[in-house]
Amino acid sequence: MAELLAVRGLRVDFATDRGPAQVLDGMNLDIETGEVVGLVGESGCGKTTLARAILGILPEGAARIRAGEVRFKGTDLLREDPGAVNDRVRGRAITFIPQDPFTSFSPVFPVETQIMDLMKWKSPRARNGGGPASILARYPRARHRADREAVLEILRAVQIPEPARALRRLPHEFSGGQRQRLMIAMALLPRPDLIIADEPTTALDVTIQAQILRLLRALVKERGVSVLFTTHDLGTAHEICDRVVVMYAGQEMEAAPTDAFFGRPAHPYTRRLLMSVPSPGGEIRDIPGEVPSLVAPPSGCRFHPRCDYATAECRDVRPALRALAGAHGVRCHHPVDAPAGADP
Amino acid sequence: MRLLALALHRLAWFAPTLLGLLVVTFVISRIIPADPVALVAGETATPVQVEALRRELGYDRPLPVQFVDYVVRLVRGDMGTSLFTRRPIVEDLRHRLPATIELTVVAMVVSVLAGIPLGVLSALWRNSLLDHALRVVTVSGLAIASFWLGIMLQLLFAMRLGWTPLNGRLQGFPPRSLTGFYLVDACLTWDWATFGTALLHLALPAATLAFPALATLVRFTRAGVLDVMQSNFVLYERAMGLPRPLIVWKYILRSALTSTVTQIGLLFGILLAGAVVTEAVFDWPGIGTYAVNSILRSDYNAVMGFTVWAGAIFIVVNLLVDVAHTLVDPRERTT
Repeated sequence: MAELLAVRGLRVDFATDRGPAQVLDGMNLDIETGEVVGLVGESGCGKTTLARAILGILPEGAARIRAGEVRFKGTDLLREDPGAVNDRVRGRAITFIPQDPFTSFSPVFPVETQIMDLMKWKSPRARNGGGPASILARYPRARHRADREAVLEILRAVQIPEPARALRRLPHEFSGGQRQRLMIAMALLPRPDLIIADEPTTALDVTIQAQILRLLRALVKERGVSVLFTTHDLGTAHEICDRVVVMYAGQEMEAAPTDAFFGRPAHPYTRRLLMSVPSPGGEIRDIPGEVPSLVAPPSGCRFHPRCDYATAECRDVRPALRALAGAHGVRCHHPVDAPAGADP
Repeated sequence: MRLLALALHRLAWFAPTLLGLLVVTFVISRIIPADPVALVAGETATPVQVEALRRELGYDRPLPVQFVDYVVRLVRGDMGTSLFTRRPIVEDLRHRLPATIELTVVAMVVSVLAGIPLGVLSALWRNSLLDHALRVVTVSGLAIASFWLGIMLQLLFAMRLGWTPLNGRLQGFPPRSLTGFYLVDACLTWDWATFGTALLHLALPAATLAFPALATLVRFTRAGVLDVMQSNFVLYERAMGLPRPLIVWKYILRSALTSTVTQIGLLFGILLAGAVVTEAVFDWPGIGTYAVNSILRSDYNAVMGFTVWAGAIFIVVNLLVDVAHTLVDPRERTT
């Protein structure tokens, strides 16, 4: 499969009262065409920052990209003209499903207004370019009609009942699950190559989560769209991802196809993470130690202060990528070679 | 139909609110230590003559009786007669009301049209030179007394530069009276010369009156926009690459305005109060100068008349604001 997105050595700092926090530290990530990649890690490990860095919407002023590249279809988005990226990439080739479907719609406009505003600029029928001056431009009637048809069709695909009537309603008249279906529809409408879904089911009821996940997976597989799916819930990742990347304190630790990831995790952190998932009859085991400060992060491998296998080497040097069998990569000096669960 | 229900609900409060206002004004105007009857009777009147006049005017009766009598007549549309102009107060006020409304509405329009965009820009370019400059303007707008500002404007633009007239509403003949609003009448009669003069006369008092309102609106809009900019839907729209002007001027502004609209209703009250001072400074022939003169002469009926009018206008404006609020925020209509 072909490379679609490659994040290389991305370093992002956030300004805090106590100095710059190194939220991403040499982060790497690969997504191939048509692949659903899960990005897992604890809250605060930098998942959302990575998602926002790829989208190019890091908070202005607070965040600073210090190094690295975000290569999408061969071009580095960080070095492209920002206007061109906004015009041609964001909302077109890369779309977004937000974490909270309750507040991600403007509460005062009907859903139709918001979807059609998106389509006016981001429909696959819309011409590339135009720039900000086109804000007052008319929406050509023929295209509007065709786009509206496409909207109705996709609403049926995400199982919104009575799509034409639904469009006239205000966002708060939809349930959370329906709103997230609308968000999925909007992410698919521009016919993107990549969807960034930032914890898209965290805000939903557990029963709804499964439905939405299955729907999302079916729709993207049908269309051959890649997805970067961030989650702190390993069950969710297991449910819909082809490959899982685990990150810790702004660094990637391990990346593997889903089966290998859950069956034969090689990184001590991954193993700890998997053990912390409650299972029937099993005990919950948390990870000893504390999430490190990002203002003064640990040297070398950032997990070393909490790691059972840590040596002096781990403290000094960040491990290089080590390739295991079956597209399985791990960044650890002392990878574990055993099936999941076989830990002391 | 919720809109209609809301309007009726608010209207039902109209009478009690106004009645409360009447009680307060009535009591205050009667307990101040001034005797309008003595003033009207003149310095040469004997105490017997003053008492006779007091009986004639009905001011010798107990306060509650006077009040009930006043309210009963008010319901019939009779506000009594001014002690000084000797004309019915309804006439006096009707004659002067258009001048005040014209002044207030122009000040309102100016402050809304300038204040809201300036507030948005101030929020967008936070901590820029414009933002700092506007902060100085808004703080002074709220701190500077309007009579002082009015006099300073007169000194600069009327006395030194000579760009505008010093005071008054118009020199020469007013346009043919259709509505009583000079600007509107001049437009309707196609009298552009008069329109220009009327506008020049309006410029300074309207600016004086608009300044504090503008300051309030800039601050409110700025705060509202900054607040909305943090919303998730703005993050979503940015993530989807929508054009920035669309996000700002359609989505952010619309949400920020829901609170600003309420503010406009309150502002109208501030403007009405400010009109009293501004009219006095600029000798503007509206109900504000009328109120000032009436207060100085302890002209009970005239003061009450002004209060009723101003109160009624304020209540009606707030009713309109409530309605506008439901229009701006569609959630109000359905939930």
